[in-house]
Amino acid sequence: MSDDILTEFLLESRENLDQLDRELVALEEDPRNTARLASVFRTVHSIKGTSGFFHLAKLEGVAHAGESLLSKLRDGVIPLEGVRTTALLAMVDAIRRLLVNIETKGAEGDEHFGALIEALSLVCSDDTTTDALPILKEMTASAKGKAAAPALETGPDETASGGAEAFDALPSASERKLPAKQEPELRKAPAPAQGAEIRGAGQADPPAENRAGDDRAAADARIRVDVRLLDKLMNLVGELVLARNQLLQHASISSDAGLVSSCQRLNLITTELQGGVMKTRMQPIDNVWSRFPRVVRDLSQACDKQIKLEMEGKTTELDKTIIEAISDPLTHLVRNAVDHGIESPSERARAGKPAVGVIKLRAFHEGGRVNIEIADDGGGIDPERIKAKAVERGLITLERARSMALQEAFALIFLPGFSTAEAVTSISGRGVGMDVVKSNIERLGGSVDVDSRLGHGTVIRIRIPLTLAIIPALVVGTSNERFAIPQVNLVELVRLEAEQAKTTIEWLHGVPVLRLRGNLLTLVELSRVLGIEADNTPRDVNIVVLQADERRFGLLVDTIFDTEEIVVKPLGRELKGLSTYAGATIMGDGKVALILDVTGLAERAGVGLADRRQGAETNSFGEPKSLSSPTEQLLLFRSGARSRMAIPLRSVARLEEFSRERVEHVGREDVVQYRGEILRLVHVSDVFGEPRAEGPTLQVVVHSSVHGNVGLVVDAIEDVVENEVNTAMRGGRAGILGSAVIQGRVTELLDADAVRSLSGVS
Amino acid sequence: MSTTTQLCTFTVCDLLFGVEVTQVQEVIRYQNMTCVPLASNVISGLINLRGQIVTAVDLRICLGLPPRERDELPMNVVVRGVDGSVSLLVDSIGDVIDVSSDWLEAPPPTMHAAQRDVIDAICKLPERLLLVLDPACAIQIATRVCEAAFAGAGRSATTGTGVQTRKNSHAGSVS
Repeated sequence: MSDDILTEFLLESRENLDQLDRELVALEEDPRNTARLASVFRTVHSIKGTSGFFHLAKLEGVAHAGESLLSKLRDGVIPLEGVRTTALLAMVDAIRRLLVNIETKGAEGDEHFGALIEALSLVCSDDTTTDALPILKEMTASAKGKAAAPALETGPDETASGGAEAFDALPSASERKLPAKQEPELRKAPAPAQGAEIRGAGQADPPAENRAGDDRAAADARIRVDVRLLDKLMNLVGELVLARNQLLQHASISSDAGLVSSCQRLNLITTELQGGVMKTRMQPIDNVWSRFPRVVRDLSQACDKQIKLEMEGKTTELDKTIIEAISDPLTHLVRNAVDHGIESPSERARAGKPAVGVIKLRAFHEGGRVNIEIADDGGGIDPERIKAKAVERGLITLERARSMALQEAFALIFLPGFSTAEAVTSISGRGVGMDVVKSNIERLGGSVDVDSRLGHGTVIRIRIPLTLAIIPALVVGTSNERFAIPQVNLVELVRLEAEQAKTTIEWLHGVPVLRLRGNLLTLVELSRVLGIEADNTPRDVNIVVLQADERRFGLLVDTIFDTEEIVVKPLGRELKGLSTYAGATIMGDGKVALILDVTGLAERAGVGLADRRQGAETNSFGEPKSLSSPTEQLLLFRSGARSRMAIPLRSVARLEEFSRERVEHVGREDVVQYRGEILRLVHVSDVFGEPRAEGPTLQVVVHSSVHGNVGLVVDAIEDVVENEVNTAMRGGRAGILGSAVIQGRVTELLDADAVRSLSGVS
Repeated sequence: MSTTTQLCTFTVCDLLFGVEVTQVQEVIRYQNMTCVPLASNVISGLINLRGQIVTAVDLRICLGLPPRERDELPMNVVVRGVDGSVSLLVDSIGDVIDVSSDWLEAPPPTMHAAQRDVIDAICKLPERLLLVLDPACAIQIATRVCEAAFAGAGRSATTGTGVQTRKNSHAGSVS
């Protein structure tokens, strides 16, 4: 059972009970107020429900009895009159005592409430109302006597008659304490006094004053605050941050020492205030995680599995709105890990693994983002099975499935309507979920990816931003305009001297690329994408290397200013359609600057799937692999008599297999209809003057470039290798970059761009 | 019985316009603007209005009138839009006048289409005609023009592949 949820429950119930006291008393004056009765009913009902959830049997029993009575009252079957109010108030007190016990001792305590339950059920019917009166009187004072007569106590499930007998046998001493005219007194007395009185009487051990003091301490340590108020505070702090930025800018050119030092102080205070206000909205991820041990325990029992749940980084904090939004996706992923991930003990034994499976949750901050991992040491995902399922469900074609890369296959589980569970269980397998998980996380500006090794387990990684309101951003300038780029998208900055730039930046059909540590980085000119006039005087080149949505590219800008905390302001509806902007912000000088949406920008610039793949690696291994190592993934294929050719996997959008019947002709070109577009086909063998391969199907490498996709028809796809590309022999014929030794064989490196232009398809 | 309404008047290209005062948040002089690349020229830019970011819509472009000379600085009529304020850029600001509903008439059907959509009524002032503008319509038109411009510019600016979405799985469904 989780302490935090329980604390929440206790706090909430305490408030509800205070309200119940007031409402019950008010009801007595105005018994016909059905709305109020309904509200009381709901409160008791929710206490009952929650206590059931926590397995608090006594609390549940008491609340249940109260609920039954209230439901009759609510439905107007019986009127609310003195005795019944007393019974209900006694119930409120009993609940309160139980809650106090739970809070202080962590358990419900050994007090029993059979009598109260009996009383509550007696007052339910008209004729027995009077019978309940003595019981109630006993009730309120009997606690002291109980220690002496433990044998008489009854559990909440005790039969009514047993309870009644028990009460009859109770010593009558208590009646002296609460005389018969107790009722009218109660009616007049203010609610808190009532509560205190009855509680005092009902207490077994510590004195009433102490207990009341403890209550207050627990309740006073926290205040419930309207989230809207927090939001407003957050906005105001945002304004303050802006004003601070403006003031600092003025102060930086001022010679007034007093002003400068005041500004410094203001700066510090603002920063702290900002942190503080942000903190009010921050909650540890444990708020979500804390219910997982229970979820895992219940589920693993239901599935006959043995599972240990490990959690790391429970205190990692996230913005409240984000916490709320990831709660469901996370629960789903954990349930999935139990149901699909971990195998049954016998299966595990067969695989030579310990019988107890481990699900590990990990959360940590990294670069202004929160990473959450859900890892299991189960059977892993079988890419073949996934593909087969996807084909069976009609989500992909067989052709696609065959040519699919591992990561792509895993990504299939995020498709709508996909589930691999053989049987639909109550836990999972209905094919809803993973797509919702993905879309929920993406809505927050996060990403989710899967990594799995068959037989060893699965890791699902989620990356989400810490907060959405104030973000660190890099301010860049181009053609006298300033733009802010969210720092989460920033990978690195590269600066080239004007002279250096001339030689380092290479142009492929008018598209600039940069060799960055052995890899080609697509470059995008910001001014060009945005269609603003660039000034073309030679100058030092600033490249902002960006990563968004698993795409990586370099953005050419004129100036790089500074990183700043910016307050994200939404754009008006007039500009919502412009996907290149994520919003706007007000800069230190009071001017407005647009915040670039890196994903939108990449799409706009046509930075396609090729760069996505590169990014996918980065995600799996943390370190941007493609940039830090000189190796590159190459796709090997055969074409014509050429023994073997290779093409960088980066530039390959997809591998496809088309049946010959699908090939249509436009002029002298072969084309196929592909994903709603017309895909031109280039027979690689034609380019080299070699005979085309025969066969019922065409093996096609879909090559993507800024000019669009082209299908390169090859004889056979062989392999994907990771290789160091050191061209042993440069050049050769047109269309060939050079040759290299790959897997011990000489392989020609195809210059796809050249092949495209040779065949007249640019 | 006729009712009177108060109109905030301004001129655009020598035409006299009016907007109901209740819809006007404020009138301010020319503000520095940040241009929004890729938006249509109907959007002049973004204004910092005391910490609020407000889009400025050029009424001349919106109404299909010739663009303003470079040295002419427009005024801002900030109106309350459906979500947030929007500034309408106009040439000059006139008085707030009371008009009787008797003076109002539907705009002539022969009017320029771009203008007819945003003109609620024609008001027959003694000395000249005043066009009663519906700011919401003007904003709507600006939004539409802007989106079309963004989509249109996208096709011509890049011959790129765009992004392939995996959900598009109808690919190669014929085998």
